Amino acid sequence: MHFTYHIEGGNFAKAGDTSSQVKKTLKQLNVDGAVIKRTVVALYEAEVNIVAHAYEGIIDVEIDSEKIFIRLSDEGPGIPDIKKAMEVGYSTASAEVREMGFGAGMGLSNIQNNTDIFKITSVVGQGTILEITNQFLVH
Amino acid sequence: MSINEIVGIIEGKILCEGCSPDLKYTTGFASDLMSDVLTIKSENLILITGLVNIQSIRTAEMSDINCIIFARNKVVNEDMIEIARENNITLISSPYSMFRVCGLLSQAGIQPVF
Repeated sequence: MHFTYHIEGGNFAKAGDTSSQVKKTLKQLNVDGAVIKRTVVALYEAEVNIVAHAYEGIIDVEIDSEKIFIRLSDEGPGIPDIKKAMEVGYSTASAEVREMGFGAGMGLSNIQNNTDIFKITSVVGQGTILEITNQFLVH
Repeated sequence: MSINEIVGIIEGKILCEGCSPDLKYTTGFASDLMSDVLTIKSENLILITGLVNIQSIRTAEMSDINCIIFARNKVVNEDMIEIARENNITLISSPYSMFRVCGLLSQAGIQPVF
């Protein structure tokens, strides 16, 4: 199962729409509730990151019987120092992003804490690619 | 504690009835920082916030939180109510400050997360 979503940078009214749709799909597939929560919390933080920092982005979601793989690629300023960006409390978010309840420098580490596999690469001046995978619990 | 009991304690008004009125809440978390809310793993949790925008509703949706209390009678728009209803989230407004809402619910037995 494969879905692709387009994300508009700066459009906070729509931030979360993709995460919401993915949550509904996972529920329909009867995925374990705890796995759904971890996945959509990570995805939502990542979706907000695109809206907050990038010009636009694409979210590709692949679901099979064992796992969900999500690739978020954006066109944006990129992250000069990923290690620094991963530090809790470090943020380059604008005042607007902070007004929306984000931008406290918790996002990337929260994404990592809620995913089984977390991979991030970035090119300054081009954009960032985040790949996350969560395994489903096999009953 | 039920929604009706909570509403009584905080002199609240239900803006949107999303979840079942029979649900019982044991824990509360108050924050305007949604990233902080997104780290919480507790169940049966009430979110108390002063942040009134679509992101507070989306955050509740992703975190499996089905009751939000907005302090100080903040104005909640139709888009927020629609998303809350679609996701079975109850929205309550209270004339009291976050501090007072937390104090009253804590006194009534709602537990903190940390």
